[in-house]
Amino acid sequence: MNQENELNRNPLIDGALKLYVVLAYLFVFAPILASFVFSFNSDRFPSIPLGHFSTEWYRAVAADPLVWDGLRNTLLIGGVVGVVSTALGFGAAYTDYRYRFFGKQVYLALALLPPTIPVVIMGLAMLAYLSRIDLSGNALSVIIAHVVICAPFAMAVIRLRLSQMDPSLEPAAWNLGASEWATMRHVIIPFARPAILGALFITMAVSFDEFAIAWFVSGLNETLPVKVLGFLQGQVSPRINAIGTFVFVTSMTLVILAQLLLSGRGTATGKE
Amino acid sequence: MQEPLVSFEGVAKRFGSYTAVQKMDLQIHKGEFLAIMGSSGCGKTTTLRMLAGLEAPSEGIIRLAGRPINDLPSWSRDTPMVWQSLALFPFLNVIENVEFALKMRGIGRAERRRRAEQWLDRMQIAEFASRNIGQLSGGQRQRVALARSLVVEPDILLLDEPLSALDAALKVRMQSVLKNLQRETGITFVYVTHSQSEAFSMADRVVIMSRGKIEQIGTPQEIYRTPRTRFVADFLGSSNIFPGQLQQDRSGRAAIATASGHFLLAEDAAASAMPGQSASLTVLDTRMQIHLQPPADAVNMVEARMIGEEFVGATATIYFETGAGQEIRVQKSHEELADLPLAVGRSFHLSWLPADGHLVPE
Repeated sequence: MNQENELNRNPLIDGALKLYVVLAYLFVFAPILASFVFSFNSDRFPSIPLGHFSTEWYRAVAADPLVWDGLRNTLLIGGVVGVVSTALGFGAAYTDYRYRFFGKQVYLALALLPPTIPVVIMGLAMLAYLSRIDLSGNALSVIIAHVVICAPFAMAVIRLRLSQMDPSLEPAAWNLGASEWATMRHVIIPFARPAILGALFITMAVSFDEFAIAWFVSGLNETLPVKVLGFLQGQVSPRINAIGTFVFVTSMTLVILAQLLLSGRGTATGKE
Repeated sequence: MQEPLVSFEGVAKRFGSYTAVQKMDLQIHKGEFLAIMGSSGCGKTTTLRMLAGLEAPSEGIIRLAGRPINDLPSWSRDTPMVWQSLALFPFLNVIENVEFALKMRGIGRAERRRRAEQWLDRMQIAEFASRNIGQLSGGQRQRVALARSLVVEPDILLLDEPLSALDAALKVRMQSVLKNLQRETGITFVYVTHSQSEAFSMADRVVIMSRGKIEQIGTPQEIYRTPRTRFVADFLGSSNIFPGQLQQDRSGRAAIATASGHFLLAEDAAASAMPGQSASLTVLDTRMQIHLQPPADAVNMVEARMIGEEFVGATATIYFETGAGQEIRVQKSHEELADLPLAVGRSFHLSWLPADGHLVPE
């Protein structure tokens, strides 16, 4: 904070802003916090006063082979989706950075469109389409569907980074004797590396959490969020809280990692 | 005469309907320091980029050491360039930046480290070898950029306004670094700039471009003393320009009739002057004399009112206006001005020798 700012601060506004931030975060995180608290509560039903601390729901979850199946599916799908959509997103972002061509606006709009389609419609469309080409109901179908919604995120993240690149950097590498491929490998990818890793983590997190589309197309290879719905339909069990806490912690870890990379600590932007 | 290192033969560049460079012929000799100067949009950078292989000429041939290079991609050319933004790689440290070109040429790790260190030494930045680019000052970055381009020991180095981001004092220091480097290495430098002081202080030859065309090529002295076109005279801004019509005076000597009066021409200019033709007379602002009383022996003289003065270090520029509304600048040292009662609004007589006037076609 610079000095003028320090000097001209109104303590009332300051306090109000702080309160506002705290309330906003409380609003967002209270349900998750509740789920977290009740996942360690011995009582069968979420009620106050709390029972005693217990990890029995975690043990119950860990003992359920169906949950392990779901976790394995989730991790496998998340990993593959992360890699594939980051690769696609990078290609799309680089195309946008490097080339000017007719219909580029349309190309960009289409590339960024999928996340704006309501997921239920997307899920239904995926199911209808994938079942027609006999790809429905397995892990591959979830991967395909998730890549469709994740790649635009990866593209947006990487595109932002490339837009910060000094436009002379790439021609400078050619000029110093690097072919286009060598420039890609030694200049473009190293420059975009924080964004590439960030995109990888964010797309993994999105795939990890995604429920609606996975529910439509996963068939017997259910991911964890789909499993949770299964539990809910059968019975309200604190096991859901345990799974929820686990999924939340995993996703948050990925998102925070991505944030750290993208906030660019220790990496110059190259514009100076 | 030996074969030029680079030759542009009828080279033109168009972007859609816009012509950036009109059909140009230009020879660059081995070991010279050539500056290409002009205001923005004159085609100087496009010319340099065509030589570097970053733009393809629309027509004509560019030869490097006799060989046509039109179809050679940038990475097979050996025409390293120092960029206006420097374009250092921010994710590499100083020595890795310098090693880059050697690495791309497949030179082994030990050898490229050795050669990079040599250049860091030479540019006096060896102590920063493992620093990040972000930790360097402007002048240090400049040196890294030079080392990075020169490490391959090319025949030619292209420079695209590399000093434009530096402050004035550093600019002057880097100019002498560049000039010495060029002299010591014997590498041909092609230096693009919009700054007259940079071009004139470093270059052996200067090319002045305007609207995609070469206006004049010559040594700094030639261009300064005898601008060949009206544009060059205007661009340099060091000459007073009197537009008018050529004629012969009563005694048969060539003269030019301008709004501010009739002026006699130098003998050599007179030979080529066709009476009735439109032309402009240019007189360097340092070649004009200021008098309080009209001197008896003055041939070319005009009466003008002083409208302002401007001090620039050791010299002063005095501005006058003639009865016809023409502005005239005169540059003098403070000693020369000491005896004159300079005051805005006062009338003076300005004179110059016919030999100091040059004709440029209209």
